[in-house]
Amino acid sequence: MELKESYLRTMMLIRAFEQRAEELFALGKVHGTMHLSIGQEATAVGVSNALREGDYLLNTHRGHGHCLAWQGSDVNLMMAEFMGREAGYCRGRGGSMHIANVATNNLGANGIVGGGLPLAVGVGLSIKLRKTDQVCAVIFGDGASNEGAFHESMNMASIWKLPIIYVCENNQYAMSMAIKKSANVARISDRAVAYNVRGITVDGNEVAAVYDAIAEAAADCRAGRGPVLVECQTYRWRGHSKSDRQLYRTREELAEWQGRDPIPRYAKELGWSDAQVEDARAEANKRIDAAVAFAEASPEPDVKDVMEGVYA
Amino acid sequence: MREITYGEALREAMRQAMSNDPRVFLIGEDIGIYGGAFGVTAGLVNEFGEERVIDTPISEAAITGAVIGASLAGMRPIGEIQFMDFVTLSMEQLVLQAAKIRYMFGGNATVPMVLRMPGGSGTGAAAQHSESLENWFVHVPGLKVVMPSNPYDAKGLLLAALDDPNPVIFIEHKLLYKTKGPVPEEMYRVPLSQTKIAREGKHVTVIATSIMVGRSLEAAEKLKAEGIELEVVDPRTLNPLDEKPIFESVKKTGRVLIVHEAVGTGGYGGELAARIASSEAFDYLDAPIRRLTGLDVPIPYNRNLERAAVPQVDDIVREARKLAQGAY
Repeated sequence: MELKESYLRTMMLIRAFEQRAEELFALGKVHGTMHLSIGQEATAVGVSNALREGDYLLNTHRGHGHCLAWQGSDVNLMMAEFMGREAGYCRGRGGSMHIANVATNNLGANGIVGGGLPLAVGVGLSIKLRKTDQVCAVIFGDGASNEGAFHESMNMASIWKLPIIYVCENNQYAMSMAIKKSANVARISDRAVAYNVRGITVDGNEVAAVYDAIAEAAADCRAGRGPVLVECQTYRWRGHSKSDRQLYRTREELAEWQGRDPIPRYAKELGWSDAQVEDARAEANKRIDAAVAFAEASPEPDVKDVMEGVYA
Repeated sequence: MREITYGEALREAMRQAMSNDPRVFLIGEDIGIYGGAFGVTAGLVNEFGEERVIDTPISEAAITGAVIGASLAGMRPIGEIQFMDFVTLSMEQLVLQAAKIRYMFGGNATVPMVLRMPGGSGTGAAAQHSESLENWFVHVPGLKVVMPSNPYDAKGLLLAALDDPNPVIFIEHKLLYKTKGPVPEEMYRVPLSQTKIAREGKHVTVIATSIMVGRSLEAAEKLKAEGIELEVVDPRTLNPLDEKPIFESVKKTGRVLIVHEAVGTGGYGGELAARIASSEAFDYLDAPIRRLTGLDVPIPYNRNLERAAVPQVDDIVREARKLAQGAY
C-alpha cells in the first residue's frame, strides 16, 4: 500500500466525529444511543480505500467510521443524520445505527448483529448474475460470527464463489462478552476453513495491513475465486453504548490497546511532526464544527411526514 | 378460455417474467431439478439454467437475505420458502431488513422482491408444515401481503408483485395448487391492493381469504337454494388493504362473516372487524360481526382432527345461515 496523507486525515476526521458525537450526547443535543468506533479507525479506512467506485458496502451499528471513510461520503450529511435532521443521509429517519448512502453503493449500517451477512449473499449474487467485477464488503463484528447467519452466508458464498469480502472487525467484545469466552478458536479467521474459504487475520489498527489484505481479497473476488474472510483485530476504546459501565474489562487492557492507537502509528509512518499532527487535528475539528453548524441549521423532519416512505 | 391449475399459472407467470426481464431469477430449496416441493417451478431450470433457477442449501435466513440483497443491488428476485412454516427462520431478515430498509434509509432504497411460500393445512403434514402465518406479516409496515385464491389471480398477482417496488410476501395455498381455472396466456396484472367481489349477494357479506374464498363460494351456492344470497369478498392483498369495496358491501348487506384458515386470536379477521366497526359501514350493521377461523390449536395430524381445526364449507353454510336468519 502506498502511504497517503489522506488516510491519516480520514482517521482523524472519524476520531473527531466520534468525540464530538460523545460531547453532543453529553450536552443533550442528540437523543437515543450511539456506538462509537474510537480506536478502530484504521479498519474503516483500510477497507474503504482498498475498494473502488461501484463496489458495495454493508456495515454495522458501530458504523460512523465506515460511512465516513466510504468513497464520496459527506461529513455534513453524516452529522445531520446523527442529529436527526431532514438534511441527513436518511432524512433523520435512520440515525446513528442506520446510516446509508445508497447512491454510492453504501447499502447501510445494520442495527442487527449479523444482519448484513445474509444481505451480502444477495448483493454477491446480483454481481455474479450481472457479470460485473464489483465486490461486496460486508463488515461485521466478532459477536456476529457466532450468529447462525454467519454460517449460512459464508457457506452460500463459498459454494457459489460469490465476490464477497467478509470483514470481521474483531474489537474483542460483543457488548460485554469477550470473544475469548464466546468462541473456542484462536482466531475468527480459523472459521473460514469450515467453508473452504481463505481466512486471514491482520492487525486492524494498522491501515496498511488492512488495506493490503482487503486489496488481495478483492483481487480474488474479481478473479472469480470466491469469498475471503479477513479478520481485523482491533479494540473498542469506549463502552458498547452509552449505558456501559465497562465492568468486564480492566483499565490495563484498555491502556495496552490505547498504546496501539492507529492514528499516531500512521502519523509516524508518514514521518509527520507533532506540529503537523496537531494542525491536522485542528483541521478535522474545524470540519466537524462546520458539520455541526450545518446539521443545526437543517430543520428537523416535519411530523406530518411521519408516514412518508414506508412504501415506495 | 384455457383452464390451467393454480400451480401452472404461477409457473407461467415466472416463466414469462424471466423471459421478459433478465433481472428476474428464482432462488429456494429444491426448486431446480426437483421442481419445488409442490412442483411449482418444475422444468424452469431446464429453460433458464441453474444460474437463474438457484437451488440452495437449507438456509432460510440466507435465502431471504439473498433475495433482499439482490433486490437492493438491482435485481428482481423471486424467493421460495418451501413451507410457510419455515419462514419463521427468515423473520429477522424480513421484519428487520426487508420491511425497514426503505424507511430507515429515508426513502433512498427500494426492495423490489417477492417471497413465495405455501401455507395452510389439509395435507396431513401436521403442526410444523401447515401454518397460516399471514397476519405476522400484516403486522409489519413496509411489507405487502398477497394471498391469491384462484389460478387467474395467482398469475396476475405474481406479475404485479414482481413489478412492485416493495417487498411482497406472496402466500399460496397447498390445496389450491391442483385446482383449475381460466387463465389468459398473455402477461397480465391483477393490481395489488384491489379487493374483489367474488360473488354478489344481498344478505350476508362473507370476507374470505385464500382457500376460504372457494369454500365460501361453495357455501353460497348451497345457501342459494334456501333463498340466502351471500356476497363473497376476496381482499387478495391483505396489506395494504383496499377497504372501500368491503365497506360498500357491508353497507349493502348489513351482516358480516369473516372466514380465514389462520387461528382466530390475533388473526386478520380481528383487523377486518375493527376496520368495519370503525368505518361508516358500522351504522348499517344489523348483527354483530362474526368470525369463522381456524381454532386456536396447532394443526393436528389425524385427518378428522385436522379438518375440525379449520373452517369447512359446512361450517360456513351454518354460520352464514344463522347470520342471515338473525340468530345473532
